[in-house]
Amino acid sequence: MKIGLVIRLIVLALLIAFLISPETFRFAFAPLVTGNQPVIYNQGSLLEITINHLMIVAIAVAAATALAVGLAILVTRPFGAEFLPLSRSLANIGQTFPPVAVLALAVPILGFGTAPTLVALFLYGLLPIFENTLTGLTNLPGAVTEAARGMGMTGRQRLLRVELPLAFPVILAGVRLSTVISLATATIGSTVAARTLGEVIIAGLLSNNTSFVLQGGLIVGVLAVLIYDALSALERFLARRTGQSRRAAA
Amino acid sequence: MIELKDLTKTYGDTTVVDAVSFTVEAGEICVIVGTSGSGKTTLMRMINRLVEPTSGQVLIDGEDTRKVAPFELRRRIGYAIQGHGLFPHRTVGQNIGTVPGLLNWEKERTRKRVDELMRLFQLDPDQFRDRLPSELSGGQQQRVGVARALAAEPNILLMDEPFGALDPVIRAKAQDDLLGIQRKFKTTIVLVTHDMEEAIHLGTRIAVMDAGQLLQYATPEEIIANPATDFVAELIGGDRPFRLLSLDRVADHVEQGEAEGTPIEARLSLREAYAECLWSGREALPVVDNGKTIGRISRAELARKAARPQ
Repeated sequence: MKIGLVIRLIVLALLIAFLISPETFRFAFAPLVTGNQPVIYNQGSLLEITINHLMIVAIAVAAATALAVGLAILVTRPFGAEFLPLSRSLANIGQTFPPVAVLALAVPILGFGTAPTLVALFLYGLLPIFENTLTGLTNLPGAVTEAARGMGMTGRQRLLRVELPLAFPVILAGVRLSTVISLATATIGSTVAARTLGEVIIAGLLSNNTSFVLQGGLIVGVLAVLIYDALSALERFLARRTGQSRRAAA
Repeated sequence: MIELKDLTKTYGDTTVVDAVSFTVEAGEICVIVGTSGSGKTTLMRMINRLVEPTSGQVLIDGEDTRKVAPFELRRRIGYAIQGHGLFPHRTVGQNIGTVPGLLNWEKERTRKRVDELMRLFQLDPDQFRDRLPSELSGGQQQRVGVARALAAEPNILLMDEPFGALDPVIRAKAQDDLLGIQRKFKTTIVLVTHDMEEAIHLGTRIAVMDAGQLLQYATPEEIIANPATDFVAELIGGDRPFRLLSLDRVADHVEQGEAEGTPIEARLSLREAYAECLWSGREALPVVDNGKTIGRISRAELARKAARPQ
């Protein structure tokens, strides 16, 4: 555990150093290029592109979380139970639609740029969060929810004081999955001119520059691993603090 | 006082509770006993409207419970269940203070009440207040569960197999603690169990349920002496004389005179006295109360008490 943390901190430090000053790492990428190809991506600041990439992911996941959690809460209330199958299939459709297809369909409506990418990531992120929230809210220990009712908590009090806090680690696991999927999927947004790390990869592919491809791929990969680990650690911490052993994270 | 009038609950074609009526007087312990599926838990849950009756009514101190919003009704009635149902993400102190919190008690009043209850249940407040339920033993969790049910000083306490998950030694202790607390607060208790031994030990009155019907509602003495049906007799089992003996304390049957050997405590039951007579082969035992010999109790007298009441 300790050594794992040290390694992750070193990787994070290297990533930040590379983003701030890519030229320092020229020696590592130089062997990958041939002739007088540029070694370090030169069509924009890597730091700026990475921040933009993260922003797009953050906005899409935040929106997906708000809708998916809200929907899951609605369909687990007594009055919303009949919408459970409908909302399940909606979220499933969101998942089966390939993001590329969403991009292609969204461009004529929303134009090129960030908007179609956001829509694709948003739709793609709904299902894991929705399913996990449902799991979290429906698999609560029976005696606990019974006690909450029996003591005279209103439906709203039960939701806010008991159900959501207990389901939170499981919901967070869904958010983690969506975030990691979105981090990777956001790269294809560059095909419709969104400013993401896909731009670096695509530039490399077009000019046959392995160094570019590697730089774009490495940043996305390292970001995904670090964010995944950080959210997992947060889940474990919350599960311990809520006195539960870690429940299934689908 | 709780009055149940023709309470009925049906799910589709199945009648779970069938026109049950009885009255629990204030300060009594009513134990509802029956096998699983007898409707005993459903019957109890209709009192605080966790289950809405299909027909019939429940009056608490003369007031129809249907006139009160369910959540307000439940805040006035303590509720303790098997497996305690403590909130795992809240500390022991927060758990016990749940209902006072819902009733918007002042912080200071809640804190005092929580500490009082913790001391009453032999949990040192400074040691346990800020712990999570998962850090307690099963017996301690159960005590916190009952303390939580009593926090807002309810007149009525509903308990659904509260001691079901405890091992026999801790269960006996928990039952005696409950009796002590009931005497202190004069709480009216309705307790559901499948264990006739527990019902006889705790109940001032016992309601025997089977297949949704109330078979008998009477004092433990009456139920042991005159079971209303074969089913009730079967629930009591073959050792009726001993069950009868277990109802009375030695203190109430002390005779004048002396006896040899190790004395017996006056607070113990006649059943324990009889067992000691048989075990040590003595005709009589000296009885002590607070370390002072107050008389004796004889085997012959005990045997007479164990006979079927006339």
